[in-house]
Amino acid sequence: MVAESEQYLSAGLSKVAVSETHGEDSPYFAGWKAYDENPYDELRNSDGVIQMGLAENQVSFDLVEKYLEKHSANIGKEASSFRENALFQDYHGLKSFRKAMASFMEQIRGGRAKFDPDKIVITAGATAANELLTFILADPGDALLIPTPYYPGFDRDLRWRTGVNIIPIHCKSTNNFEITQESLESAYNEAETKNIKVRGVLITNPSNPLGATITRPVLEGILEFVTRKNIHLVSDEIYSGSAFSCDEFVSISEILEARKYQEYSQRVHIIYSLSKDLGLPGFRVGTIYSYNDHVVKTARRMSSFSLISSQTQHLLASMLSDRQFTETYIKTNRERLRKRQQMIVSRLENSGIKCLKGNAGLFCWMDLSPLLEECTKEQELDLWKLILHEVKLNISPGSSCHCSEPGWFRVCFANMSEPTLEVALKRIHVFMSSRKLNS
Amino acid sequence: MELKGSSNLSKLATSDDHGENSLYFEGWKAYDNDPFHPTRNRKGVIQMGLSENQLSLELIEDWIKKNPQASICTPEGVHAFKDIANFQDYHGLPRFRNAVAKLMGKVRGGRASFDPERIVMAGGATGASELLMFCLADRGDGFLVPSPCYPAFDRDLRWRTGVQLVHVECKSSNNFQLTKQSLENAYENARKANINVKGLIIANPSNPLGTTMDKATFKMLVNFINDKKIHLVCDEIYSATVFRGPKLVSVSEIIEEMDRCDRDLIHIVYSLSKDMGLPGFRVGIVYSYNDKVVSCARKMSSFGLISSQTQHFLACMLSDEEFVEEYLTESAVKLANQHDLFTRGLEEVGIKCLESNAGLYVWMDLRPLLKEATFEGEMDLWRVIISDVKLNVSPGSSFHCHEPGWFRVCFANMDIKTMRIALARIRKFVVRENDQVQQVKKQKKTSNLGHLTLSFSSQMYDETWVVSSPRMLSPQSPLLRAKT
Repeated sequence: MVAESEQYLSAGLSKVAVSETHGEDSPYFAGWKAYDENPYDELRNSDGVIQMGLAENQVSFDLVEKYLEKHSANIGKEASSFRENALFQDYHGLKSFRKAMASFMEQIRGGRAKFDPDKIVITAGATAANELLTFILADPGDALLIPTPYYPGFDRDLRWRTGVNIIPIHCKSTNNFEITQESLESAYNEAETKNIKVRGVLITNPSNPLGATITRPVLEGILEFVTRKNIHLVSDEIYSGSAFSCDEFVSISEILEARKYQEYSQRVHIIYSLSKDLGLPGFRVGTIYSYNDHVVKTARRMSSFSLISSQTQHLLASMLSDRQFTETYIKTNRERLRKRQQMIVSRLENSGIKCLKGNAGLFCWMDLSPLLEECTKEQELDLWKLILHEVKLNISPGSSCHCSEPGWFRVCFANMSEPTLEVALKRIHVFMSSRKLNS
Repeated sequence: MELKGSSNLSKLATSDDHGENSLYFEGWKAYDNDPFHPTRNRKGVIQMGLSENQLSLELIEDWIKKNPQASICTPEGVHAFKDIANFQDYHGLPRFRNAVAKLMGKVRGGRASFDPERIVMAGGATGASELLMFCLADRGDGFLVPSPCYPAFDRDLRWRTGVQLVHVECKSSNNFQLTKQSLENAYENARKANINVKGLIIANPSNPLGTTMDKATFKMLVNFINDKKIHLVCDEIYSATVFRGPKLVSVSEIIEEMDRCDRDLIHIVYSLSKDMGLPGFRVGIVYSYNDKVVSCARKMSSFGLISSQTQHFLACMLSDEEFVEEYLTESAVKLANQHDLFTRGLEEVGIKCLESNAGLYVWMDLRPLLKEATFEGEMDLWRVIISDVKLNVSPGSSFHCHEPGWFRVCFANMDIKTMRIALARIRKFVVRENDQVQQVKKQKKTSNLGHLTLSFSSQMYDETWVVSSPRMLSPQSPLLRAKT
């Protein structure tokens, strides 16, 4: 207590700095720590913790490497344009890069929607994009409605420095966690009772952690809802290229295109990034796509705090404007992810574990509620700790994703080699078999 | 279907705090509309409002040619691609942090050393300064800023953070040096306005002055912030642009000499945009002596991490100690030469600049050319310089300078040929202005009309320079309106 008051006595830090909204005390991150301390390695540490809590895409890296090896002579011969590139700090971003991103986004949507490069705002990763958009759409104290379960990082990205609240739209397993009109209305009313102004709905499509795309009717319903309430709709589509088949993913941009945009588009904003689809999280490549000119203008100005390195823009402009590369990549990546997911889901089933039916993403949503004596958050966390320390797998407990039903876990499958996945699946099988014996 | 225009956006989004309506940017627009080019547009506007270091880029280009492995896109470097592309740890690449720490030490001539564990990444200095505000101050709190200061502080420090800036007025009478009195005055002003001051931010070397703080002043400042128990943020992004003595005294050195300084109050903003001429790479650094701030800043850096591709490249380049030494030495020489060429050219036509030893610009004294010693006079002169002389220079008022007539002029973003053209234009302009003044003088002598009124500032100067003539006051400039 003394320490706390001392903090404010003299040149303390800000309230933001001392708050815990950075979220790092959540189990989502505790598991990472356990992994960091004892990481699995095929040869050197076969007893270590296997990281299944990190949504990264490493299944298609070889395609990117091959591309670079083939074209490196050309990309690398950059010394002549080095000067221009090194000096380029324009927050509009490289035109060639924006064109390439627009084209890539169109290809992912099978050409069913068009993207205007001048509506693309560049940011250092989706993390920056999400925060930036929140600053623009909401005032401190306002709220965004977000369907549960959702990406744990949203608690920090959308709330920490912005002062904006998240009000959950509770989704249930009984209807596969679909977002219903009732759940939307219920969340909106909750805000009203608390005297909190709702500024928008934020959806992740394909969903993290569900690993499933949102269907067309549900998207239409959400668009109707936000229009009725006169609020914004943010669609985080960073996993759009990770849908297992092109046709199964419906983007909000397609819905707008079908409605000929009209008055609907002004309230819609899309977040994209190359961290998941292309497996390049280190490059910090995020974008905001907005149909609202004022949002584009303001976002562009605000992006000054988190621009993409011009070096990286330049590299990606080359890569993503190569249609041969992008078409092959998108197709192959989808196929590989589908195979991985099939492998893990069928093996889990053999071990007696059911997963939510998924068709996208780098993870599956696993139901371990039958293993809980009581369906409580505490028991879920106990089970999580058990799996972490005894089965030596770091998976993400549903409570860290704000799931309203205990017992669900997110399991990532694309951030490791197939042999490692095999080891993980074997461990799960042994664990489940021993539980059957003991019960 | 309501959502119209900006009606449904946040207050942040609809305010003007993005700062782009400032005159600082108007000049840029004039340049954008008619940019000078040595062959294609010799009559265009020469950009002298952009503080960039373009003089030593070929040194880096040469290094790149000799070191293809530093790029993950070359055959020699592509083997590192996978690990680098996957690396998103907000601690940053250890080699990168080590290399930056070493660079910072070298720039300070080994007079201070830096701990790589205290280095936190940010989206350029823009991101770094904002990040520190988020860590150190709440909405509505205040930060003291000595003026004249970098115009974009208004946006960077205030826009999303809600922090207020209170200027510490520095005066030309003592070469704009910071004094204890001015600090106390500013602090008192804040107190009267009920603003809770959390810290002070100072650029050293100064933008726009181009000067470095002397030890005595610095110690006075550190004592001040310690007494008031407020934070000190030192923006040292121009540290390697010191081209002449006195050497830079960094805050990192000062605190070693002061026992009673609470190190938890000391934070540094660094960047490679100016020192190394790499603004496109968005390399911002927060360095804090306060463990809690390092920890918090690191978490916040998630919003503006440096591309791992860039971290990797810079780790390679900056670990080449021989290259770094060579670069720092040559860059300083080039800056000195360019600075001297420019200031000598100005002196030849009687234009003085504040004596400076750093920076990519000079702080030019055009008070003698003002028709009125007011900000309107400064605006009028500035408009003439943009539209007639065709140089984009930055008016002192956009730097919150409290005395009209000063202009920041950048010299390191052009080659010598372009500079000579700029100087020729200035020469022509000054000669013409002098002629006009002489005409007015002759006229007044012969026509016996009223009396000559001298502006207070011209009384300080040689009367052959300029004499203010009575004229109609132009409508109050928006800048003045905003100030009152």
